[in-house]
Parts: sequence; structure tokens; C-alpha cells
Amino acid sequence: MNQWTFVTAAYGLAAIATLGLIAWAYLSMRKAEADAEAVKRRP
Amino acid sequence: MHGYANPARFLKLARPATAWLLGIGALLLLAGIYGGLAVTPPDYLQGETVRILYIHVPAAWLGMAGWASIAAASISQLVWRHPLAAVAGRAVAPAGATFAALCLATGSIWGRPTWGTWWEWDGRLTSMLILLFLYLGYIALASAERERGGEGRMAALFGLVGAVNLPIIHYSVLWWRTLHQGQSISITQGSTIAPELLWPLPLTMVGFTAIFAAAVLMLMRADLARTKLEARLRRSVAE
Repeated sequence: MNQWTFVTAAYGLAAIATLGLIAWAYLSMRKAEADAEAVKRRP
Repeated sequence: MHGYANPARFLKLARPATAWLLGIGALLLLAGIYGGLAVTPPDYLQGETVRILYIHVPAAWLGMAGWASIAAASISQLVWRHPLAAVAGRAVAPAGATFAALCLATGSIWGRPTWGTWWEWDGRLTSMLILLFLYLGYIALASAERERGGEGRMAALFGLVGAVNLPIIHYSVLWWRTLHQGQSISITQGSTIAPELLWPLPLTMVGFTAIFAAAVLMLMRADLARTKLEARLRRSVAE
């Protein structure tokens, strides 16, 4: 197998893991803060 | 540290810090990855696969630094009862587990063309796999304790005991000379890697660390918002 295949696989995996972690953390934060705000505004 | 025990004060700092860390981390990562993929020459022995170094080493560093942070947060929680320590521990664990898994996966991909095998029960590889299992155990324990309304003391004890694995990972290449190469970069002895190959590594190390810190801050903010929400719901039920 071409050496670049291994390099591409490793970098692709790193991109998926890093972007996945950031997206998950961001969405969790946005959802939790929006839920807390909604309950705060509830009469 | 106790100055930031107040969640409101912590959030005031964390909100701008998250954006800055993300921006700086992305810039450094792009520069380091560009340098590592397009500028540095191939290694005389490993050829192009040496480029995996620029993501494998930061992933290993963050896998280990993540657990060291959990251990520090555990001490802070058990000794000084810092109110944000358990929150920090819970936030670091998924990020640390991600990078420990990434270290194992990229190491395996690097090992196939270099060693001729995807996996070997070598001291470094096995102790790193144990670290990943420790992360999964910590995540399960900490979330179970949180759901039961506990303070997270069991998770903190687990975090402290698990830190025993860190020196084992570090010295594994000296204690068991099997497949993984020895230490290439040392604070006291410098580096055995050629400078023309080494320079993108600090960029990706700092870049990944900034991204890791940003993810931890966002997860801490999510945890604090959930705590606030639960407190308000409990209060409204009591009224």
C-alpha cells in the first residue's frame, strides 16, 4: 500500500475525532445553557 | 484557584477564553499540519509515514495530560473541596478519552507500514490501552454519581488511583524494550529528531492543547448550566 494512504487515514481520523469533540462539546453547551435560560424565564 | 470557585466568576472568564482558545488552536493546527504535510521532507528511513508524528505525539500528550488534570482536580476536590473540581474532572474525561483513542488509532496506522503489524502487546501500547479503559471507567462512574446526586468522591478517588498508570506509560519504553521506540524528545536531553522534521510538532502540540482546553471549557459550561437547571426545577417543585 502507498505510504500516503496511511498518512491520509491517520489525518482523516484526527480531523473526525477533533471536529467531533468540538461539535459535541459546543452543542451540549448550547443546549444546556438554552434549557437553563428557558426555565429561568418560565413564570 | 479558589478565586474561581464562584461559578459566575468562572463563566465570566470561560466565555471569552473559549473563543480565543478555539481561534488560536485552529490557526496553530493549520500551520503545523501544513508544515507537516507539505513542507517537511520525508524521513530517510520511514519515508512519508513519519508525518503521522505531528498528530500522534500531541494525541499521546493530551491523553496523558488529561488524566494528570483529572488527578489534580481529584486532589483539589478531596482536600480543598473546590466546587468546580468535580465539574472539571467530568469535562476533561471525554476529551482525554478522545485523544487517548486517537493516539492508539494513529499509532496502529503508523505501526502497520513501520513495524509490519497493526497491534502488539508491547508495554507502551498496552499501558496506553489501559489508560483508555480508565477513562471509560471514570466517565461511567462520574456520570452515575452525578445522576444519584453524589459529590463525585468515588470518581475522585478513582481519578487519583488511576494516575499510577501515568509513570508506567512514560517509563514503559525503558522498562520493557519490545517494539515501541524509546523516548525521542526529552526536556533535559533535547531531541533525537532532525530539526527540519521537528519544527511543525510544537505548533500541532500547542494547537491541539488549545482545542482540548476549549472543549473542556465548553463541557464545564454545559455541566454548570445543567446543575443550574436542576436546582431551578427542584426549587419550582418544592414551591
